[in-house]
Amino acid sequence: MYNKGTIIPGLIIFVLFVTFPIWFNGLKAATVPKPELPPGGEKKCVESVEYMRANHMQLLNEWRDNVLRDGNRTVVTVDGKDYRKGLQLACMQCHSNKEKFCDSCHTYAAVKPYCWDCHLSPKEAVSKEETH
Amino acid sequence: MDKQRRKFLKIAGATALAGIGAPALVRLSASNALASEHEHGAAEGHAAEAAHGAPVEEAPQGVRLGMVIDMRKISEQPELLDGAIAACIDAHNIPQFDNRKSEIKWIWKAPFENVFTGESSYHLAKTVKETDFAVLCNHCDDPPCVRACPTQATFKVKANGIVAMDFHRCIGCRFCMAACPYGARSFNWQDPRPYIKKYNKDFPSRMRGVVEKCNFCGERLALGQEPACVEACKGTGAIVFGDLNDAQSEIRQLLDKEFTIQRNPSLGTKPSVFYIV
Repeated sequence: MYNKGTIIPGLIIFVLFVTFPIWFNGLKAATVPKPELPPGGEKKCVESVEYMRANHMQLLNEWRDNVLRDGNRTVVTVDGKDYRKGLQLACMQCHSNKEKFCDSCHTYAAVKPYCWDCHLSPKEAVSKEETH
Repeated sequence: MDKQRRKFLKIAGATALAGIGAPALVRLSASNALASEHEHGAAEGHAAEAAHGAPVEEAPQGVRLGMVIDMRKISEQPELLDGAIAACIDAHNIPQFDNRKSEIKWIWKAPFENVFTGESSYHLAKTVKETDFAVLCNHCDDPPCVRACPTQATFKVKANGIVAMDFHRCIGCRFCMAACPYGARSFNWQDPRPYIKKYNKDFPSRMRGVVEKCNFCGERLALGQEPACVEACKGTGAIVFGDLNDAQSEIRQLLDKEFTIQRNPSLGTKPSVFYIV
């Protein structure tokens, strides 16, 4: 092989460079986030945990269309408690910490949902409740 | 003359005749069919002809929410309107900007000549001249904004006739603003959040690049409440809200009794907001 002296070290450097993210993190995946359970102690969501984990975004879209388009604002009852369909009206009533619940996974998965461009997180909503 | 040529001319002639004759035949048979149909449905035909002369309005169906604003009461107590506007701002997280360019308006004040541009304001009664009129989205029966919207972000709710907005879908093209003859729509030129004085935690804010307007408090109606502005004027009868298609409703009783005007009715948008001046 011609130029063995440069090609082989070059290849080694290339492979090391490409695999940088893997070995830099010590050959381990980053810790999977554990979203905070409702601080209020609610145990049951509107659907099963598995369903919500996989499909909460579809459910939110469905609710949005129900409420805004079809005028179907029927309440969702969980464990005898009524929730109005809506991110602010239902989800955030229990999952009151957006940073520890929503954001923990969304940051991990590098998704940027635009819910919060308009919808108020509980923290944001409280920030301007008293001033009037 | 050669035999071949003679044969060719015969066929060509026959084809041309068939080609010219066929449409005429079709037309003849069609008019025959029409004539016989006319005989059959003579009674219906007469009804249609009668309707032809003067278009008869279809009997309204379903709920059509509307509003009557009694300006006599508001000119007596202008603070009623201030209260209504404040209630709306609180209910819908409406930002308050200092400059008029960025202004977001759901219900606002305007002088008579700006509200009723088609009416003469020559020698106007003093009270009318000096009173600020309450202006809001007219929730038209035939809303031009809905026709202009390319994404159906604004649409007419079939169940109650409200011209609603789905902020999720709005792409901020502002066609609806150009289409609305009443200036009832506002555009968020900048992030409204810092300019919202007080949050209603049950209602979202909007984001930059979205058009917004009065929604007749669809979210409050769902809870069995009255619109915020109506509630703010409760007991005074300054703003009456109800179903325009229900002959027994309070609003219809009032409309039957009082002379009311609408904003620019000649456009044919059929506004659902009426004014007693």
